[in-house]
Amino acid sequence: MSRDGAARDSDWEGVRLHVVTGKGGTGKTTVAAALALALATGGRRTLLVECEGRQGLARLFDAPPLPYAERRVAVAPDGGVVYGLAIDPDEALLEYLDLYYHLGRAGRALRRFGAIDFATTIAPGVRDVLLTGKAYEATRRKVSSRATRTAAAPASRTDPDAYVYDAVVMDAPPTGRIARFLNVNSEVAGLARVGPVNKQAESIMKLIRSPQTVVHVVTLLEEMPVQETLDGIDDLRALDLPVGGIVVNRGHAPLLAASDLRVAAAGKLDVAAVRSGLAAGGIAVDDVTAAALCLEATDHAQQVATERRLRQRLKAAERPIYQLPDLGEFDTGGLYVMAAEFARQGAA
Amino acid sequence: MATDPRYLDVETLVTDPSTRIIVCCGSGGVGKTTLAAALGLRAAESGRRVVTLTIDPAKRLAQSLGLNELDNTPRQVAGIRASGGKGSGSTGPKKRPAGELHAMMLDMKRTFDEIVEAHASPAKAAQILANPFYQSLSSSFAGTQEYMAMEKLGQLRRSDRWDLIVVDTPPSRSALDFLDAPKRLGRFLDGRFIRMLLVPTKAGGRGYVKLMQAGVGMVTGAMTKLLGTQLLTEVQTFVTAMDTMFGGLRDRADATAKLLREPGTAFVVVAAPEPDALREASYFVERLGEENMPLAGVVMNRVHRSAVPELSAGRSIAVAESLEAEPGADGVLASGVLRTHAHRMAQQGAEEKLLAAFAITHSKVRTATVPAFAGDVHDLAGLRALATALCKPAAHMQ
Repeated sequence: MSRDGAARDSDWEGVRLHVVTGKGGTGKTTVAAALALALATGGRRTLLVECEGRQGLARLFDAPPLPYAERRVAVAPDGGVVYGLAIDPDEALLEYLDLYYHLGRAGRALRRFGAIDFATTIAPGVRDVLLTGKAYEATRRKVSSRATRTAAAPASRTDPDAYVYDAVVMDAPPTGRIARFLNVNSEVAGLARVGPVNKQAESIMKLIRSPQTVVHVVTLLEEMPVQETLDGIDDLRALDLPVGGIVVNRGHAPLLAASDLRVAAAGKLDVAAVRSGLAAGGIAVDDVTAAALCLEATDHAQQVATERRLRQRLKAAERPIYQLPDLGEFDTGGLYVMAAEFARQGAA
Repeated sequence: MATDPRYLDVETLVTDPSTRIIVCCGSGGVGKTTLAAALGLRAAESGRRVVTLTIDPAKRLAQSLGLNELDNTPRQVAGIRASGGKGSGSTGPKKRPAGELHAMMLDMKRTFDEIVEAHASPAKAAQILANPFYQSLSSSFAGTQEYMAMEKLGQLRRSDRWDLIVVDTPPSRSALDFLDAPKRLGRFLDGRFIRMLLVPTKAGGRGYVKLMQAGVGMVTGAMTKLLGTQLLTEVQTFVTAMDTMFGGLRDRADATAKLLREPGTAFVVVAAPEPDALREASYFVERLGEENMPLAGVVMNRVHRSAVPELSAGRSIAVAESLEAEPGADGVLASGVLRTHAHRMAQQGAEEKLLAAFAITHSKVRTATVPAFAGDVHDLAGLRALATALCKPAAHMQ
């Protein structure tokens, strides 16, 4: 946080689109929000995009449900601002049609004929095109662009060539789907081989494959999330998509001394010693209770050991690893703690 | 205890011959796939012929069943034992012969191809399968999964080969995707849009076409402008070729939707004592109620419980601190043990608060609780232990 806001030393210099993925239950949305806060620190402006229609961002920031508009959701340390946007695919499609093809009336006709419905819910893939397309638009939006005037977005900056947002953070679909999600535009470009959709899809892929984009993967130190993280990274690499950092969420610090930890992990804690140690502190327990307490210590020690082994496995991916603490019962304040951790570890 | 109206009796649910389909739903990361496999194993070891269908592209079920590959056909799982209902308490522990457990992972493209092949003439099927729009629709786009999962479920049920089908729902963007897939398909098939797409290749002169001609022109114009003639032609060719099968598809979608409301179907919502997972579970419970889908209950997975609840977190920390201030013999060890206990108690306290709130909101929903296991479950023995914990009424909270 002591870093200079203007010339900070971050691992992701020059990146403008941060895509955050992770297996369900790993805290992907929370991590995306904390990253947006961290990136906004020091007078910057970031946009946090939610694309799964759960209104998770609104809940995180204790805000009312977000409409399809860019709203200020949080103030970052040292004068930054985080804006939030929950993308509604139907609205995004109409906006897109209007923005790029001036299809005002025809757009409404499309809706009347069920084409909008078809495109966003039935025809699989179009939704993903719209979501990535919106993130693309927001990332590239300049103060002077037409979208700045129509999207009800902040445009208080005066330099017309400046970007409206210093960075865009996308709370993206889970790890199992992320490569396909981001690659949807190459699919589309392959299908629609000419025309404006093709052109648009190609531009989106160009941004996603450029050094301006990275995909961060959030994981817990548990077998399956770690496996999925490594698989997801392989999938991304196979499609030439840029892998960012690995964010380890909710890791556990060891609560036992190193030597006790080893003994506990093997399940060989000396019950009698624990019992007499407790007695010295004024807690009198019988052997059964002391053994039950030892069992809890063993669980903990095994968990710590597993986490160490899995952290080692993650290193094989050769990406920066960021570690966020387990904050227990979570509130909005916790986001700032996580954001400060991101800044401290060089993620922002 | 077993007659507690709040207790979800999983043992009876999976062994009851009238239970034919169990749908496990819940948010990602709560252990849904593993639980689905455990339910299947329990039912198989009680003598039933069971198939579990997983839709997740990650090979999670394969891992937990010790299988190296899963494809679109059910594979029999080796190592199923006969069980005598041990540990289940209430029902008489008669020794039952072992049933069978089969597992399969949905191959959505293969499923889609099979529907096409079954419903169209060989020539037409070949035409559809070669269509570029069909190829990306059936293989690479998200969303097709949900339709095909429902289709596969319908197929398995119609085959009547199985006493019980356990379905692990796809890791959808939302619960809606899985529940709504058949309805959405029906809406599309009945919609004006599809008829419009069919217009250019059908004989003109139909009444409704004439009436809507202006609108059609505008829409077709807009679509051509957007997509280019070539893609639009491919979509039209696809829709035309599919036209003959749409009726069949809709009937099947309707039949599957009906299947989900039958008394033989049981929805099990899987949750974990975490805010996001419980919010998602609430949402599922409410949606299932609105849709008249038969909810059996909620399984709370990975619940932390201390065996020494009478020693509070506060006292543990206080004593740990005093032991650390003046470390005597075994003082460091005891303080470490107290700190792990305090951590466990804090976690238990936080979880209890969340679970109590859920119980108040959903006072009529039956619940079963599974304690947190230290490691991941990745073999039959682990699944068996999980199933035993799940079926033990003692695991139920007061």
